[in-house]
Amino acid sequence: MNRSSLALLAAALLIAGLAPLAFPFLQFVLTIALAKGFAALGVALLLRAGLISLGHAMFYAVGAYAAAFLAKSLGFTDMMGLIVAATIVSGLCGLLVGLFLVRYRAIFFAMLNLAVSMVVFALLSKLYGLTGGTDGMAVAVPTLFGLTLTKEGSDTVLFYLALVLAAGLGLVVHRYLKSPLGHALSAVHSNEVRLEYLGVSAASTLLTAYTISATLAGLGGAIAALSIGHVLPEFAFWTQSGQLVLTAVLGGISGIAGPFLGAAFLEGVHTLAVGTVADAWNLIVGAVLLVVIFFLPRGLFGLIEKIAGRKTQAGETEL
Amino acid sequence: MLQTLIPLFVDALASAALIFFVAVGLTLVFSVLRVLNVAHGSFYSIGAYAAASLGLWIVSAGLPDWLTFPALVLSAAFVALLFGPLVENTLVRWTYGKSDAVQVLVTFGLFLILEDLQKMVFGVQSLYQDTPMSMLGITELGGIVYLNYQLLLIVLAGVVLVALRLFIGHSRTGRLIAAVVADREVSQALGIDTNRMYTIAFTLGVFLAALGGAMATPTSGVSPGLGADTMVLAFAVAAIGGLGQVEGAAIASLIVAVAKVLAIYFAPEFDAVAPYVVMLAVLLVKPYGLFGSPTTRRI
Repeated sequence: MNRSSLALLAAALLIAGLAPLAFPFLQFVLTIALAKGFAALGVALLLRAGLISLGHAMFYAVGAYAAAFLAKSLGFTDMMGLIVAATIVSGLCGLLVGLFLVRYRAIFFAMLNLAVSMVVFALLSKLYGLTGGTDGMAVAVPTLFGLTLTKEGSDTVLFYLALVLAAGLGLVVHRYLKSPLGHALSAVHSNEVRLEYLGVSAASTLLTAYTISATLAGLGGAIAALSIGHVLPEFAFWTQSGQLVLTAVLGGISGIAGPFLGAAFLEGVHTLAVGTVADAWNLIVGAVLLVVIFFLPRGLFGLIEKIAGRKTQAGETEL
Repeated sequence: MLQTLIPLFVDALASAALIFFVAVGLTLVFSVLRVLNVAHGSFYSIGAYAAASLGLWIVSAGLPDWLTFPALVLSAAFVALLFGPLVENTLVRWTYGKSDAVQVLVTFGLFLILEDLQKMVFGVQSLYQDTPMSMLGITELGGIVYLNYQLLLIVLAGVVLVALRLFIGHSRTGRLIAAVVADREVSQALGIDTNRMYTIAFTLGVFLAALGGAMATPTSGVSPGLGADTMVLAFAVAAIGGLGQVEGAAIASLIVAVAKVLAIYFAPEFDAVAPYVVMLAVLLVKPYGLFGSPTTRRI
């Protein structure tokens, strides 16, 4: 990461951090954008390996439900604790599911993820006693290190926490992608056989990526649950998974900022559309997606880089 | 036990017939175009809306009730001719040879657009039009009551299966499509208009999905969200049977139907999970489905 992109990152964080002070309604919009951004970043990792998951919303839902369940059934309400616990739970789920799924490629990988996520969705909507069924579960306002918070206070803490996490974990994921393990991930896409001849196990490379991506999605889900204050089975529905892939591709999968950019863009458009053309929201998003795929294969982030005058390097990730 | 199980099975077979129409369309499109069409479920719900609207118009215009039967098939054909060539020629054709991710995303974009277009054209309220079902009435046999319309669905599914097999194996167009599936380049070199074959196959797929939706309206009506629900179920059935396998889709719809009946009978809260559990179990053992072959997997 060079100096100019660090400056860009700092500027973006500053704008995002200050925006709610000027426009308070933006705080909720940006918190949800960050939550979805984490999940979309997870999906983007797998896209780098050429794998499209049509089921990643399940980890988002697992994170959200884990936070809701811990708060409700165990009376454990610390914000940090809930987020960490929910993230770990979804990471473990990702490891477990990944053990079975990393053997598959292409459309079969997409379909199997879809199948697992639909099982999760159906269980969440049917196991009324555990999950509240189709009504979902309410999430109480969390505490912070023993302090009782108002809803507004908790929302503000949560937003800045999410922002700091996005910056911190963004750097960690950036390091991961620059590490040999991260390069192996792109190599699975370009030439898996050659990768295996080099002595690198494609399966363990993918399992690492799958677990990390599930962890990120779960973190996003936990943040969303605490911010919205309610979790629903629809979090795991396949259209949500599709939206996550869409968010990643819209923003661009070549950098860490892309998925967050895509999520912020979509949440922004959503907020505008709800007030004016609520029925045409999906139509707008679908049309934007088609335009991006047809004309901007590297997403919005790629567009920004192009405007900034950065040349595309050979071998960069495109779909 | 039989007194409870038999009606459940007939119910399940009728719903299997409806899902078969959609799944076989999906699988047909995949086998010819090699594109997994995520917007396929939307054609099911558009077919349903078209059939319900046409049926309601026929009844309110005072036309004879029997006209609602041809209306079901006609509205499916209308939807197919309206959307099939248009969508294939523009969006889908652009994705040939592109990665799976691009194909899935382009059709997902189409799915989102079609979802909202349906809300704009048909509104957000549910439509019900059950004239065909009430006209056919019921049959009572051995103390069990059967809905004749459900029996019609089951027969129609069988007819569609046989007709598809005959079309692919014995008609000129069908054999040309089979040739394109077997080897696109050689077919092109022999003078087959491959693009036209793709358009025909895609339109046929849209027709089958719309037919499923149209035939479903008399039993269950149509409401927003139907397309998304049907899409996953069609995925599950097509994947269980093996993507690209016509007979596989038929057998898979039966398996899913039986699994649902068993779930309803023994553990009612799990009936919605049953299709996906079957799908997982099958795909983990046989990733290409029960009747699929590994040709589509790129190593």
